Amino acid sequence: MPAVIEVQHLHKSYGKTVAVDDISFAVQEGEIFGILGPNGAGKSTTVECIEGLRAPDRGQITVLGLDPQRDRVELTQRLGVQLQDSQLPDQLRVAEALELYSAFYRAPADWHELMDVLGLAGKANTKFGKLSGGQKQRLSIALALVGSPQVAVLDELTTGLDPQARRDTWELIEGVRSRGVTIVLVTHFMEEAERLCDRVALIDAGRVVVVDSPAALAERAESEQRIQFRPSVPFDDGLLTVLPDVINVIHRGDVVVVTGNSNALNAVTSVLARHQVVARQLRVEQGSLEDAFLTLTGRHAGAGPSAGQN
Amino acid sequence: MSVMTAPPPAAARGSALGRLTLTELKLFTRGRALVGMLLTVAIPLLLLIIFGSIRSFNRPVKVYGGLTVLDVYVPILLALSLALLSLLTIPPVLACYREMGVLRRLQTTPAGPVRVLTAQLAVKLAAAAVTVILLLAVARIGYGVAWPRELAGFAVAGLLTAAALMAIGLFIAAVTPTGNVARGIGAIAFYPMMFFAGLWLPIQNMPPVLQHISHATPLGAAVPALQDATLGHWPTSLQLLTLAAYAVAFGLAAARLFRWE
Repeated sequence: MPAVIEVQHLHKSYGKTVAVDDISFAVQEGEIFGILGPNGAGKSTTVECIEGLRAPDRGQITVLGLDPQRDRVELTQRLGVQLQDSQLPDQLRVAEALELYSAFYRAPADWHELMDVLGLAGKANTKFGKLSGGQKQRLSIALALVGSPQVAVLDELTTGLDPQARRDTWELIEGVRSRGVTIVLVTHFMEEAERLCDRVALIDAGRVVVVDSPAALAERAESEQRIQFRPSVPFDDGLLTVLPDVINVIHRGDVVVVTGNSNALNAVTSVLARHQVVARQLRVEQGSLEDAFLTLTGRHAGAGPSAGQN
Repeated sequence: MSVMTAPPPAAARGSALGRLTLTELKLFTRGRALVGMLLTVAIPLLLLIIFGSIRSFNRPVKVYGGLTVLDVYVPILLALSLALLSLLTIPPVLACYREMGVLRRLQTTPAGPVRVLTAQLAVKLAAAAVTVILLLAVARIGYGVAWPRELAGFAVAGLLTAAALMAIGLFIAAVTPTGNVARGIGAIAFYPMMFFAGLWLPIQNMPPVLQHISHATPLGAAVPALQDATLGHWPTSLQLLTLAAYAVAFGLAAARLFRWE
């Protein structure tokens, strides 16, 4: 099956700032594909290139077999977009916005039904400026879907929503996928990626660190543990980094964070004891997607760009 | 398949531009925009009624070639209404659209952001036409000011004036980062332009130097052109060319500098 979205060696700089260094991935039909990474990792720039809002400096992008720059007009008919921080005029009513946007497309969805599905029917005559954050977000999703797109790109879908609204939105997205829409989800919430995504591309510093299912990523992290403590006296990192069970050592203020395999805790505590360093407030954490994220991006940052593994 | 992909009858949709224009028209009648719209009609209308009620303003004056003060002021009030619309309502709306990401969002749809600009200008042009006709009708019926005798020349001058002012309005929207800055710059442009239109002192009463400067400004060209057409003369080529030059220069600059985000 050919990929719905294919990104190959995408590169984009703004002046001297490299936003996207070298990113490649492919999104399959019908999946929810997550793009996960810390702020400033290059997520939004990547999807803006996919949407045709920005021209890549280098690399190839095809979406539904189209070139986002050259075939812009056709692409806008088939790709639904939800932008981060994009608003509507405050005085525009919900129903008017949907009716307006549905007029843009050659085969729009029935916006009345869409309004029901998204739980906005009761707000049809409410002005955009009077909607709550969650309602604005749902309207924004509705507008992304009103053209009956084959692919929807949703950027920072649940940022700024309360936990309940976030869960409701997740259910909604699963509903959309079950209708056969391929979804690209940009997020920096691990929980969101874990809950929704079939596969996740982990992006850091403009590069893809890894692409895998959330479960497989968490599994990688499970064989690893993070050990946190406040040392009673300063010590040389080299004492720990030479240990075969230790992957890396970082400092956060006066807290030391050691990442290592399942034997690391024993090795670390015995070395510290030998050097009369007391490990205060010792905490050990086992893997989740969040840990996978931190260990993968942490290791990546420490080892330089060549460590990016695709 | 689902309800979401079932296409409704095509006839129910209407064109994107038509729908955008209708939407812009609705937005123009709501909230803060409504206040702006009412003021652009009310201020010139109120001044017309005040000036019309002053008895001395209805007597012919030698300096004006036998016209009354009111005759001289009607074109100035028309220019005022066009300037209020173009300089005080267009820039903040468009700069605000950019600031809020409305234009960027439209970039990702088949409609594109150019259509919303077109819709915005169409609505403002229609509002300008209605205001001008209303002012002329009140002046004629209420205070016996003659209809423009050279109607075609009057229409040409009026359209060029609107084009020049809206181009300046678009230019301001293009170079200002936010709605509030656009509102400020629009106001800064508005007052000197209205001074040279003769709002406080009719051009005929200005010292020669100011008259020359005035004729080089958009409204200083527009007002005499409208006055000439009212008296039955075709506006001079210099007046029309001045207006056209402003329209083209600011229009091109706006098109070059306008950013969607």
